[in-house]
Amino acid sequence: MVVPLYHVLAFAGLLFTIGVLGVLFRRSAIIVFMSVEIMLNAVNLAFIAFSRYHGDVNGQVFVFFIMTLAAAEVAVGLAIIISLYRNLRTSDISEIRLMKH
Amino acid sequence: MTAILFYIFATFLLAASLFVVLNRNPIYSVVALVFAFMNLAAMYFLLEAYFIGILQVLVYAGAIMVLFLFVVMLLNVQPDQPRPGLIHFDRWWYGLMGLIFVGLFLVLIGEGARLLLTSPAGEAVQIGGVDSVGEALFTHFLLPFEIASLLLTVALVGTVFLAKRRV
Repeated sequence: MVVPLYHVLAFAGLLFTIGVLGVLFRRSAIIVFMSVEIMLNAVNLAFIAFSRYHGDVNGQVFVFFIMTLAAAEVAVGLAIIISLYRNLRTSDISEIRLMKH
Repeated sequence: MTAILFYIFATFLLAASLFVVLNRNPIYSVVALVFAFMNLAAMYFLLEAYFIGILQVLVYAGAIMVLFLFVVMLLNVQPDQPRPGLIHFDRWWYGLMGLIFVGLFLVLIGEGARLLLTSPAGEAVQIGGVDSVGEALFTHFLLPFEIASLLLTVALVGTVFLAKRRV
């Protein structure tokens, strides 16, 4: 018995929704960042599912590149969070509003 | 058997992701996200993407989450206080934006599934191993592969530049 494609895609959609909710509702910059990671992984899951059901390896190569990009993005983003924390003593995104006004 | 395992892992994945988003303590969130990524790796294995599954464990559950844990420890982030403003939802267009985002994603994968179901099925070949992914990576995707290495170098330099107190 094989898992139908639609079920995998439904799981990917639910995972993406959870990530969006985390980005919208949470205030801690680190949690928001982790929610972005969840969204990226939902997209990866969709890519893998299409690759599997298409019999085409290109989707997996895309996932490889997304992972590379995520590694670079996490390193730079966490460095930004650290330097923000160092300057403002907070990682609460509702209190970081240097560019407002 | 494969299908049952897949649904079990997917349930764990969704539960752990919800825990990440709903929990107040960042340490618990990071550990739950590691668990979620392990389950996702298991799902990749069940979808016969063995190379990507290994990468998921090594890169995501290993390197990236260790970085997150390290930063949480370094910043000594306290658990969020239960205050009325915890839910950061004081503007209605945040919700609208989220709906548009999710809707776009669903439309995209729905369209992809429709295209897939109306096109002839690919032949059942073994595609998830290191050999096939590596062959595609080093022939058809050679230029993006090299650009990815450049991107990683730039990220490395940028991270050091941002995180250093004085350059």
